Amino acid sequence: MAERRLRPVRSLITLVVVAFMLAGTILGGMRWSDAEATPKLALDLEGGTQLILTPQTEDGSEVTQDDINQAIEIIRQRVDASGVAEAEITAQGQDNIVVALPGEPSQETLDLVRRSAELRFRPVLVEGGPFALDDETLRVIIEDEQPGFEIPDGATLDDLARYAADTDGDGEISDEPESSPVNNSDLVWVTEQMIYDFYTLDCTNPASLEGGDQTPAGEPMVACEQTGASKFIVGPTDIEGTHVTNSSSGLQTTAQGTVTNTWQVSLQFDSEGADMFREVTTRLAALDSPNDQFAVVLDGLVVSNPYVSQTIPNGEASITGDGINQESAATLANQLQFGSLPLNFTVQSEEQISATLGEQQLQVGILAGLVGFGLVVIYMLFQYHALAFVTLLSLGLAATLTYLSITSLSWLIGYRLSLAGVAGLIVAISITADSFILYFERIRDEVREGRTLTDAAEYGWRRARTTIVASDAVNFLAAIVLYFLAVGGVRGFAFTLGLTTLIDLIVVTLFTYPLMTLLVKTRFFGEGRKFSGLDPVRLGANAPAYRGRGKFRTPDERQPVDRKLSIAERKAVEAAEKEVAEQ
Amino acid sequence: MMSFARLGNELYFGRRSFKIVENRRRWLSVAGFFVVASIIIILVRGLTLGVEFSGGSEFRAENVTSTDADIAIEVLAEAGVSDVPRVSTIGENAVRIQTSEADSSQIESLRQALMEAYGTEQISSTFIGPAWGQDVTRSALSGMAIFLPLVALGMVMYFRTWTMSLGAVTALLHDLIVTVGVYALVGFEVTPASVIGFLTILGYSLYDTVVVFDKVRENTATHFEQDRITYVEASDLAVNQTMVRSINTSVTGLLPVGAILFVGATGLGAGTLRDISLALFVGMFVSTFSSIFVAAPAEAEFRMRVSRYKEHTQSVMAKRESNEDLVAVDSTSAAALGATVVSGTHKGHTAQPRKKSRRNR
Repeated sequence: MAERRLRPVRSLITLVVVAFMLAGTILGGMRWSDAEATPKLALDLEGGTQLILTPQTEDGSEVTQDDINQAIEIIRQRVDASGVAEAEITAQGQDNIVVALPGEPSQETLDLVRRSAELRFRPVLVEGGPFALDDETLRVIIEDEQPGFEIPDGATLDDLARYAADTDGDGEISDEPESSPVNNSDLVWVTEQMIYDFYTLDCTNPASLEGGDQTPAGEPMVACEQTGASKFIVGPTDIEGTHVTNSSSGLQTTAQGTVTNTWQVSLQFDSEGADMFREVTTRLAALDSPNDQFAVVLDGLVVSNPYVSQTIPNGEASITGDGINQESAATLANQLQFGSLPLNFTVQSEEQISATLGEQQLQVGILAGLVGFGLVVIYMLFQYHALAFVTLLSLGLAATLTYLSITSLSWLIGYRLSLAGVAGLIVAISITADSFILYFERIRDEVREGRTLTDAAEYGWRRARTTIVASDAVNFLAAIVLYFLAVGGVRGFAFTLGLTTLIDLIVVTLFTYPLMTLLVKTRFFGEGRKFSGLDPVRLGANAPAYRGRGKFRTPDERQPVDRKLSIAERKAVEAAEKEVAEQ
Repeated sequence: MMSFARLGNELYFGRRSFKIVENRRRWLSVAGFFVVASIIIILVRGLTLGVEFSGGSEFRAENVTSTDADIAIEVLAEAGVSDVPRVSTIGENAVRIQTSEADSSQIESLRQALMEAYGTEQISSTFIGPAWGQDVTRSALSGMAIFLPLVALGMVMYFRTWTMSLGAVTALLHDLIVTVGVYALVGFEVTPASVIGFLTILGYSLYDTVVVFDKVRENTATHFEQDRITYVEASDLAVNQTMVRSINTSVTGLLPVGAILFVGATGLGAGTLRDISLALFVGMFVSTFSSIFVAAPAEAEFRMRVSRYKEHTQSVMAKRESNEDLVAVDSTSAAALGATVVSGTHKGHTAQPRKKSRRNR
């Protein structure tokens, strides 16, 4: 058979070189880059908060991968802007976004992450102070608007608001416009329901500023200014935020090109948006205050309400004003930019893990791993005697390689070891150990068939190899499928499972097998001494020993049952018998 | 106690043999009974689904000054959570609080309140949206839908026969259903981590089966060149020969997983670890059973529907009838496998010993 001769020493050296190269890469990375000697840990081991969000479009249309990427960008911007360091925002599978925030982020940060990103331009219909109207004011309004209306005794604030809003005096709060509105700025949109909502809305109450509004684009709504400084009734949407192509903040530049001290937010629309904007600005410019303003409504809150002085034809607007300074200009520009994506986020899961708990989980994982490792080696010792040391060495090498791979992967591609990943590593102990069991059992089979140990190590390997490759392939396939399922912790688990399956294959081929071929050349293993785990007699070798002339001796024939004793032995026995007799 | 090596010897040479494939109908009925019973139990009792499936919030408090459940109930009631939380004590000074009411906006404030009430800084919280568990299940099912055909096809290619592929898939489905059945029977909580565990069983079950089938294939490589042993007997021999390995594999598989269960049971953390390993622990037991008692018997059952094997079996039987002497080979020993002695050939000069000293080899 012209099979390539195995060079065991060369394989072993190759493997050692590979291990040192991995270690060298990490050391080099530590010296000249930002690598670390330990793998980066995921949040469940490090402590922190993890949210899993599913973005959904308002109209239920399909969320594309682009949308997800854009949403991730938005969230990342928001999180970074809020000052949380080392946040990790990644896509998971087709439609989930995982936001991992280290430490204990504030409620504001968490809200920021979850906030839906929906931006609309609506005309301002009514503007007012932030407070809900009190008893007195409401009574004045009722008197003014509906003279002769008898306010019953004991009317609550809510009742008063109702009476005040009931402009036609029919006792019901209608939510239908009286006549069909001419355009979005038409005050007919201000229905009784709108008035009632407006009267009762208290923008100084933090609950009113939570946003998350779901009013359809074609309907008017009441809205607070985002800081709660004032409140508005705004008309139906004129322009959707999706028409915004770009927005930025900067210092205003005059027509001559000199830079002034005024901060401004510039805004650009796409061509369709530009047409709409021209119409809107033409309409608004002709109206009186407050109806000449348009409200930039982000997530149900008015982030800006600039007035329009003239028609803006080219879809390029700039917002300036007293309230606009460097900071607010940047914020508004960002809101306009990021708000152009009409996505809502559903919180699939939110997990908060304290740093101590994370550490404890890691300890549990490591302890379980070590205990498992020890138990497997002890069991192997019990089953395969001295061969258990081959297992110990191989498993140790596999563990070292795994550690080095994970550490370098966490440096190179930012892999983070999670608890599920640790579970994968522990489960891998058994899969790796099983390769050795397969090989050892095969060697034993070959010994039973009557091969010498040197041959058995070789032939056993040839047979075990196909089985090991096949079963590892099955495992690897399972790991790949699990990885692409990408739900929850599956990915971390599948990753380590797949990685260790590969390492198992490498170790058993380049280490265990060469080591065995070397070991069987030693007298202890090669002669199948007791406790070598390869004792042919103990394995009941059925070796048909060659007797010459084409004849074989069966094992029974070979049993030295009736062997004649040597003279020395005979004398020893006689001496012993004599001694017994004398006593 | 007889040593495993000795048992291995006897099984290998067929001196001791468990007639598993021969009695395949019996074992398949047993397995079938398990599967049907599992399905009935799952349907009747249902699975105990974790908070991840129903949606809700979970808090885990550690190093608490008191494990009194009323503290948590009070805190949640004050915060306006109408649902009475499920509070369970874990270990000596840890508490787990589950409620289906509180939503993600309340989590942080509840956590703070609980920290004060229990006098600990170590509270972790989890909020799960109602769709999360279904998402996981859906993905798991779609993963299976991809994995099964892929692996079935791969096995057809590897073993070059559909019967082994079908046998392996049968064993795999058996493992999965029975494992879930055990969960339903005992009332273990099913979490997304358990679902990961169930999926891993798929790989593990096949892995076990592949090894058995590999031996069957090896034993029947020259099957039609002999007329002393039937396919069923060869398959039986393979099962017996790999039995020691199967047992060793299961034990080495169960040891680390058991270590996680044992270590994880004492602490509060590592819920993921515990859930995965519990599912694996149950699954490994079941798949060890199936790799011995289901996979090969099912495969033989399928194989016996192939006319060529049926005829071969009949001819072997007929030969035994006619010639009593040959039936002396009652044991399915390796020699009975029709192993033919092939004369040696010259293996070329490279096979000759080198002249160099022993040290340099």
